[in-house]
Amino acid sequence: MAKTKMSVAGAALLAAGVIAGPAAAELVFPDLSYRTGPYAANGIPFSDGYQDYLTLLNERDGGIGGEMIEVIECETGYNTEKGVECYEATKGEGALIYQPLSTGITYQLIPKATADGIPMHTMGYGRTSAKNGEVFRWVFNYPANYWDGASHAINHILDVNDGDISGKTIALVYHNSAYGKEPIRTLEELAEKHGYELLLLPVDHPGQEQKSQWLQIRRAKPDNVIMWGWGVMNQVAIQEAVNIRYPMENFIGIWWSGSENDVLPAGDGADGYKALTFHNLGMDYPVYDDLKEYVVDVGMAAGAGDQLGTALYNRGMYAAMLAAEAARTAQEIHGTAQITPAMMRDGMEALEMTEEKMAGLGLPNFGPTFNVSCSNHGGDGLGAVAQWDAEAGSWSLITDYGASDGSVLDPLITADSMAYAEENGITPGCE
Amino acid sequence: MLYREAGDFKTSYQADNQTFPIRFDRVGLRVVLVLALGVVPFFINDYWANAVALPFLIYAIAAIGLNILVGFCGQVSLGTGGFMAVGAYATYKLMTAFPEVSIIIHVLLAGGITAGVGVLFGLPSLRIKGFYLAVATLAAQFFLVWLFNRVPWFYNYSASGQISAPEREVLGYAVTGPNAEAWVTYLFCLLFLIFAAVVARNLTRGTMGRSWMGIRDMDIAAEIIGVNPLSAKLSAFAVSSFFIGIAGSLFFAVYLGAVEVGEAFGINKSFLVLFMIIIGGLGRIGGSLMGAAFLVLLPVLLKNVLVGSLGWPTDLAAHLEFMIVGALIVTFLVAEPHGLAQLWRVAKEKLRLWPFPH
Repeated sequence: MAKTKMSVAGAALLAAGVIAGPAAAELVFPDLSYRTGPYAANGIPFSDGYQDYLTLLNERDGGIGGEMIEVIECETGYNTEKGVECYEATKGEGALIYQPLSTGITYQLIPKATADGIPMHTMGYGRTSAKNGEVFRWVFNYPANYWDGASHAINHILDVNDGDISGKTIALVYHNSAYGKEPIRTLEELAEKHGYELLLLPVDHPGQEQKSQWLQIRRAKPDNVIMWGWGVMNQVAIQEAVNIRYPMENFIGIWWSGSENDVLPAGDGADGYKALTFHNLGMDYPVYDDLKEYVVDVGMAAGAGDQLGTALYNRGMYAAMLAAEAARTAQEIHGTAQITPAMMRDGMEALEMTEEKMAGLGLPNFGPTFNVSCSNHGGDGLGAVAQWDAEAGSWSLITDYGASDGSVLDPLITADSMAYAEENGITPGCE
Repeated sequence: MLYREAGDFKTSYQADNQTFPIRFDRVGLRVVLVLALGVVPFFINDYWANAVALPFLIYAIAAIGLNILVGFCGQVSLGTGGFMAVGAYATYKLMTAFPEVSIIIHVLLAGGITAGVGVLFGLPSLRIKGFYLAVATLAAQFFLVWLFNRVPWFYNYSASGQISAPEREVLGYAVTGPNAEAWVTYLFCLLFLIFAAVVARNLTRGTMGRSWMGIRDMDIAAEIIGVNPLSAKLSAFAVSSFFIGIAGSLFFAVYLGAVEVGEAFGINKSFLVLFMIIIGGLGRIGGSLMGAAFLVLLPVLLKNVLVGSLGWPTDLAAHLEFMIVGALIVTFLVAEPHGLAQLWRVAKEKLRLWPFPH
């Protein structure tokens, strides 16, 4: 009795407070961000970059193809329950695409978004086997995925060691979640191929406590350490590595462990730390002039506006740029400016990123060129290695974009996606 | 006005001892049940179901379960998250191993398995009490989460370590999986909540509940008058874990659809459910529901008001939410240490006398 009164009162209050749900006459891009909690240090720059680029399109070009863009931000705190709430709250607003920036939330949303017919873009995260677009019709993870990343890291170690790493020990320090566990399968396969020994060191959420893992590294003295970290875990790991005087040039992070926020707390000790990336770094691009003119100087920058040019800001901007280009492609395909999520999906599947296109957008040579197709939702999986220069306070690419080991990855992707198709009764195919 | 009791006479022992002795409460309960079962399902949409109704219903079941152990039997437990995980993983293993069996049976079986695990971790309660027992159940929390992370058999050797619920139907309607309709999932969880509330209420009014309360109020005295502490404590652990297991099972299968043990069933979950029953009222079934409503609905409400209506930045709203919820919890507990249920009881007493308080 008592409860029911309460819940009715709560429901009435809620109804009063709930979003009015305007009929969207715009292109709606929800931004499932996290500006609070242990992952905020990484969530803020990404979200700022994502929103600023879309604000730029609105201010400079009047949106995409004449349609204004509406960004609905929703705070997830990197928490799946809040992520679901955000998804449900925004999907009724006509959301065209979801980019949750969280592997956990991605796993949560893949079936929901597929059932609701809204495309997802999980750029460099999420479920790797979503590369197989014949099974994951609504999920895209171009231009690179985790297994590519694992392969890039091993390739780089191979390059440094003149192609022979048999008998060496490689440790993987990973976030003990779906995200951190993603590369294990690939690294094990590659260990068989190249003959190295893999040492697995899980770090539990949120990752502030890593003394025992680094003690193990100190004892086992692995030749290389690869890290799959996020949020506060990155900073702690790099600081711990400095504390045990682990040679930084042998320490490679995935692209999510390679932002300024991660290395700065360790000061000079972090000099030489390496991280992968699938796009270029720095702010030496014409688009930044426009961002200054149309967004920052007029006070429309998202957040505090102090993240411009950081690695994750660039990545957020890249994600927004790819989404905007996919929307543009969709508008061209369907001949209408007001696209639906289904049209957006077609646009993503027909996306072609060429050098001219990127140069035209003010981002020359910013990322690799790639084409998306129905059978390949993951692009070409190119990646490069960046190294931190503590004195200059900047990242610099030390390798070219290289390909991942397709001979190992492709069978894994096929096997995993087919297993998913079988579990969920999906008939693979392009219609 | 609301509580007119004139002419409401009790003429039998049964009538005098019913759960809701006041007619107004009985009528109100029926009205609410009719609304919840017969009207809400026609209007509920995905947002209301997934963001508001399901979490409230599921946490309410968990809070009822924990309230039996902490509120009625006085055994402090911090293992709720771990026991919910047992329910979730049991459901997952059962769903994938016996796809032809109904999901209702799986949920109940998962509750049963959790009850077994609960009894196992309840054994130390026979020797230790209070804070020491809390620490022992904390060990259960960490051990269970570690176990489900560590042993691949529990997650069917999937690469990500996640478990995800395949689609299952009841009477031809999908209950789990992405194609489940909002009203189906809502009704499914609501029926389990009604089941849990009715069973818990009746258990606590009978011999079993009285022996629990005896143990809670003074275990030595209870033992002297003939309450067997072994069966009383372990039955409290079993019944409590049964409901918590059902809550974990629904949390995974119906609400989220895919979970990761460390994130979904971490120590935070244990604290959250414990806060629910403390705020709602220890030893009150209605308190469990009020506490769950308070801690589930308030953050969503605040978010919608601050971000949706006022248009404030999301990070500011998220931080304010922590502060407001925290301040309200402290205020409530200072003003009424026995929780929302007691507030409601006091309000009811006043209403019954109104407008002549003396």
